[in-house]
Order: sequence, then C-alpha cells, then structure tokens
Amino acid sequence: MKDPKGMATRRDVSIVLCGQAGQGVQTVETLLTRILKTAGYHVFATKEYMSRVRGGANSTTIRVSGKRVSALVDRMDVLVPLNAGAVAHVAERLSPQTVVVGEREVVADEAIESNRTLAVPFTEIATEIGGKIYSNVVAVGAVAGLLGLDLDAVATYVQRFFAKKSSEIVANNVKAVQGGFDAIGKLDVPNEIRLTFKPSAKVNDELLLSGAEAVGLGAIAGGCNFVSSYPMSPSTGVLTFLAQHGLEQGVLAEQAEDEIAAINMAIGASYAGARAMVTTSGGGFALMTEGVSLAGMLECPVVIHLAQRPGPATGLPTRTEQADLELALYAGHGEFPRILFAPGTLEQAFYLTQKAFNLADKYQVPAFILTDQHLMDSYYNLKAFDPARTKVEKHIVKTTKDYRRYELTRNGISPRGIPGYGSGLVAVDSDEHDEEGHITEDLDVRVAMVDKRLAKGEALRKDIVRPELVGPKDYKRLVICWGSTYHVVKEALGEMGRTDTAMLHYSQVYPLHPSTADLIGKARKTVAVEGNATGQFRKLIRLHAGVDVDEGLVKYDGLGFTVEDVVEGLTEIINHQ
Amino acid sequence: MATDVFEMGDIDIAWCPGCGNFPILKTLKETLTELAIDPKQLVMVSGIGQAAKIPHYLKCHFFNGLHGRALPPATAIKAVNPKLTVIAESGDGDMYGEGGNHFIHCIRRNPDITNIVHDNMVYGLTKGQASPTSRRGFKTPVQVAGVILEPFNPLAVAIALDASFVARASSGDREQTKEILKRAIRHKGYALVDIFQPCVTFNKLNTYQWFKDHVYYLDDSHDPSDRTAAFARATETDRLPLGVFYVHPKDSFEENTQMYREDKRPLCERDVDVGRLAALIDTFKMAG
Repeated sequence: MKDPKGMATRRDVSIVLCGQAGQGVQTVETLLTRILKTAGYHVFATKEYMSRVRGGANSTTIRVSGKRVSALVDRMDVLVPLNAGAVAHVAERLSPQTVVVGEREVVADEAIESNRTLAVPFTEIATEIGGKIYSNVVAVGAVAGLLGLDLDAVATYVQRFFAKKSSEIVANNVKAVQGGFDAIGKLDVPNEIRLTFKPSAKVNDELLLSGAEAVGLGAIAGGCNFVSSYPMSPSTGVLTFLAQHGLEQGVLAEQAEDEIAAINMAIGASYAGARAMVTTSGGGFALMTEGVSLAGMLECPVVIHLAQRPGPATGLPTRTEQADLELALYAGHGEFPRILFAPGTLEQAFYLTQKAFNLADKYQVPAFILTDQHLMDSYYNLKAFDPARTKVEKHIVKTTKDYRRYELTRNGISPRGIPGYGSGLVAVDSDEHDEEGHITEDLDVRVAMVDKRLAKGEALRKDIVRPELVGPKDYKRLVICWGSTYHVVKEALGEMGRTDTAMLHYSQVYPLHPSTADLIGKARKTVAVEGNATGQFRKLIRLHAGVDVDEGLVKYDGLGFTVEDVVEGLTEIINHQ
Repeated sequence: MATDVFEMGDIDIAWCPGCGNFPILKTLKETLTELAIDPKQLVMVSGIGQAAKIPHYLKCHFFNGLHGRALPPATAIKAVNPKLTVIAESGDGDMYGEGGNHFIHCIRRNPDITNIVHDNMVYGLTKGQASPTSRRGFKTPVQVAGVILEPFNPLAVAIALDASFVARASSGDREQTKEILKRAIRHKGYALVDIFQPCVTFNKLNTYQWFKDHVYYLDDSHDPSDRTAAFARATETDRLPLGVFYVHPKDSFEENTQMYREDKRPLCERDVDVGRLAALIDTFKMAG
C-alpha cells in the first residue's frame, strides 16, 4: 500500500470506480464528471482498462477539486467497487483513509484495512426500480450523496443525460440516482468527504473533453477535410470523432482496408489539395512507414496522429507508454525532414494539432502528433478553445504553364500546385525525380534534390515550439519531460515544494528547440521523466542537442505516471545525488 | 482536339523494343484525345513496375507512388476533387500482387476511376519471376519447376465483388481496346480494364502469337448486365474472352460519402466553417 504522503490536507477528492467491462464504469465516469463540472467543480478523470469487451477489471479515477486538477494520483479517498474482483484490482492503492462504498459482500473484502466502509445495496435498489442495469446509476447517486451534492441538480442532470431514451428509462434512471443518494443519507458518512470547496460558475462555462476529442477538434480547426485510418486502440477515438462530425464539419472520414491504404489515401488526398490526416498506434504506424517515406519523397503534406501504447508488436493494447518516439523519428527509409509534436495538455493537443496542418503544408513534410492512451482517455475541464486564435494557412499556388513541382529554391520549398488549379501540370514521383517530377537517374540531380529536401528541414527550424519552463528561472535542478506527463510532473514538483527545481516540458520533440543545450546545460542536476524503459527522449537530447541528462525516471508497466510515482522517484534521485 | 495534346515529345522511354506497353500507350493517347479529355483535368496514378512508368510518357498530371499502392491515392484524389478524370494504371504484379488487398477493397468502395492493368503474366522490371496471373507450369528463375500456384483471375474476382465495370482487352488489337477504354472512362464508378500485353523479353510463353491463339471477343449475345453469365465467361480457360464482361451502374464512393450531397464544391476548395466549429466546441461546455 502506498503512503498517502501528507496529502491528507484535502485539496481534492479522488474517487475510484472499478468493475468489470460491461458494468457501466464508463457511464458512471461520464455522468459523475459532468455532474461535478455542472455543479461548478474542477474535475479530472482517466481510466485504465483491459483489452476485452466483457469481464476483467477496469477502473476510472476521478478527481474533484476547487482548483484546476489534471493529473492522476494513486491515492483513493473514495473507492466504489462494482463487483467482487474490483477491490483486489486496486488493493495497492487502498489506505486506511479510503472510504469504500459498495455492496455488502464486496466491501467486506479483507484487503480493506479501513473500517470506513459503507454498504449500499446497488443491485437491490436497482432491481426494485426496474432491473440490475440501473446499478451503476445507483452508484452515481451514492457518490453524489457522499460528496454532499444537491440532489435536485443531480437528478436534473441525469434526466437531461438520458433525454433521448424512452420516458420510462429516463424516470428509472432518476429513481436510481435518488435511490443511491437516499441510501447514503441513511448511513454514517465521514464528514471530510463532503465537498467544501467553493464551486465556481466559471467552471460551468468551460469545456470538459478528452484528449481524443481535443485532437479531433484541433484537426478540424487545422482545416483537416480528409482522414483515412484503420481502427486501433488507443487512436480510434480521433477517427470516431471526425467520422461523427464529418458531414457537418466537412471532413471525409474513411475506414481504410489497412494502414498502408490509409496513409497512401491521405497522401493522395493531400496531392489533390486536401488537408489530410491519419490516426493510428504503434502497430498500425509500423505499416505506414513506407507511406511516411513516400510523403518525404513526394514532399506531400500529411499529418500523422500516433497514439502510443506499449509494444513491441501487439504489446498491451489498452495501456499507455511513450515508447514510439524513436519509431516516429526514424520511420521511413532514406533521409527527409519531419516535425514531431507531443502535446502534454488538452490545450496543446488542440492548438498543436491545428498547427501541425499549417506546418505540414508550409514545409510539405509529414508532421506527427505523438500522444498516448493516457492523453487520449483523460478528461478535464479547461477554458474553451478559441477558433479565432487559429488560422488555416494555405500554401497552395495557382500553377502556370511552365510550372515545375520540384523547382529548386534556396530554402528548398517549391511552390506547391494541385491538379486542376491553374494551367500547369502537377507531377509527383516516388523515384528520384527532376524539377518537373519525372524519373531521373542523373546523379547530380539526385544530389540537388536531396539538398533541396534537407534544406526544408533547416527552414522549418524557425517554427519550432519553445519548451515550457515551469518553476524558478534560476533553477539548480531541472526535470525534463515531454508529451502527456506535463500535468503529473508539474503537480509532483508542486507537492515537493522545492525552490531549486524547475520543470522543462517539450511539446515539440523534433526538431529540438535551439535553447535546449543552454536550458539543460545551466542546471546542476537534470532528470528526464518518461514513459519508456530506455529513456528515448534522453537519447534524443544527447544526439540532437549535444547535452547529457544526468538521470532518468522511467515507467513502462503500461500505466501512466501518478503524482506519487513522480514524487517518490524524484525524491529518491535527489537523495542519491 | 489536337491529336498531340498528350505527346511528351522526344523522351527516353524505358521499355524494351517491341514491348506490349507501346501499343497500350498509343491507344490510351488516342482514347483520351477522342474523348476530348483536358490534360489539365486528368490525373494518372500508378505504382511501380514497367507499366507503372506510363504516366511519365503522357502529358498530364500524375502521381507515381509506391508499389501496389496506386488505388488508394487514386480513390482519394477523385474523392477530394471529383472534377478530375482519374486513371490508375499499372501492371499485374502491382495491382493484383502487392496491391491485391487494395484491388479488392477499391472494388467494394467503387470510386469513379478507371483501373487499367497491363497484364503480361510476368514480372518484367525484376527480370522475369512469376506474377499473380502467370499460367501454371510457367518456368522462371524462381519458379524453377514451373508455377505451381493457380493464376489469379482478376475478372472473376471483380465480378464476384460486383464491380461496376469489368472488361478485358488485348494490346495487339488497338481499335477494340480503344472502344473498351472509352466505355470504361465514360463509365461512372470503378472500371477495370485488364489488358493482355506480351512481355517480349521475359515471357516466352505468352507471346503475341499465344495471345492471338488464345483469345476471342464476346459477341452481342453476351448481356453485360447478367452477372452470372459474366462470371461464367470470366472463368473460361480454354480460350480467353475479350470485351466488356459486366456493367452494373451504381453510386460512386464520392457520392456515397455524402460530402457532395449539399455542397458541390470539391473538398480542396472548401475552408473551415468557423461558426460550425465554434458551435461544436460549445457542445463540450454543456455535455448532455
């Protein structure tokens, strides 16, 4: 069992729901986060689940707070086990402070040290209302009661949530939430679980969405009008999102027969003038690498969303990892430039995805969005994205009669025409080609074309996103991270309260911002926190910035870092230095 | 329309003298000219192989991509800009071997493109190995005891998948091939034209004479709307029929995506609708 590490001072309540796949854990997560956010509380939720449709043990962690909260913690203030196996699944996270709410047989589990168990007969209440199916909503009511939420507001929300269902189902769900709420009211509830933070009307006006939705919205804002992909967890959410909103937002979403078709379609679409994207995960991306190489050779803009999960091969299909950085960096044979973004927050997921389309277009290169299961499946509230802050920058020219697709230019960027726009012909070829796009075996032309493509890689350096420094500017220690670990490292450093330590987060991991060597070089001690076993980003920094990061804090068990993991890991490293 | 509109002038063509690709190129140029296709509205898409070089020998837009991958980009190009005439043209190895999966699914998707396959029953560019359509017993440096696999039957597969238009031609007969190509290009939806083409260097079995002896034309008694009859004809092996086997008019992929149902502008001409995006973002405030 993990030590709660002085987190007893309650700035937030962490609620964990755990049950089998198919028991409605997802619905409980959706309902509770939305109810809490509607009530004016800050919320964060993330889930971990098994690769199966029924059975097993899946859990979701929801944090509710009076302040912004966006990271995962081990700590469980409230546990709602929905079946017998649930307690065992999260036993390591139980503490004597954990309040456990559930069916009598479930809360009687020997793993629970605390006597703070509240037996609520979810199934019995649900059966009386109309069937076992309502038990998860009874659990929502119980948690709402435990937290001291307003029953009318909760019932109103539940009514709205199920509004599209039959009136009987709506009424039963309202009864279910009331049933859970009333059952808790009859018990001796520990007072400190009741929410005492002040709700805020501002929160109500914010967005509550997931990483998958943030990437999807960013793609639309980036002018994406073509997405072709083969479904693969955890990247599918982006395809689903774009497909669901495609007709209304003008995005053609096509499920390809395989990943090879997907990326070749995207490149064809881009050639014809679309803003094209693919969304995939490691195994699918492995198949796309020939297409990445093609995009490099054709100088065809394409945006690749790569949601990482543990490999090699099929790995742990529903878990998280940051181990495809090197794959994305080196995917494709031959040498050509590329851009790699790794958003750490939902804001970055939106704005960087948007930006990826502009930069891919400007430099005619593949641009990657590297996310992972943790980011895809995490939800929290945040200020609304502002489409006015984004602009679709198009770099397509009207061709003239003497148009040459691969005209040699100083910065390597040839004006990009598309078929049917202008009087010129647009010819692209995967073989080495001349300025007109025709196959060549002239070795001088070959050298000129390689130089031209690599020159674009130099040109795009002026658009590199600066890493974000959080904490003291005169730091002695520097904690470096990238991608989805933004919030967890930031919160952990806040917990540790060290005035000599700052965080440096990279949301663009390639090319590296030119400030890298200075920023890392001026720290006395440096640690890179990343979700892989071999320290891929640390290696990248050494190779591309020429500086060494002293230590690595890595995690590769398939789960995301928790605040406790980072606090413990960093404390240990600091104590050994 | 000027007859030289697709001419590239004096260029170096990489095919062997006497190659069956030459008559196909000539026939295609005449077909396009007679159909009055504007080269500025024509995109040729190909993969890898000797036949795949054909876009380089025609004055038009082209996308010469990866081995076996002509059909996915061709589908996407047409979907993004339906005003364009899109022809995907490559060899049997490219379309049926490396690209076999795309061939199957392209038929299912039914984009309004023409798929011309130069079928010489051998791999020419890699110097004479068996192709998916090689006849059993055909000896090569790899298939040393002769091909032991059943030949792939593109027409039967296409008809089985209810392809919109299925035809076979022979490069030796340019007039008939031109008529078939015209029908295929005019046809709305996916149109397959498999063209027999002798490889004079690496296929000493399926020569000009062999094709002459082994083909015949479907006559007026064949009804191209009769799928069962078309399938029966496609599975004939003694003598191989030429002509239009099967025609099934249906909505194309682009039409079925509904992207052009209300807005007729090609996708490439559209911009983000900021108002609609803002409204979508707003739905995440009061998630219902």
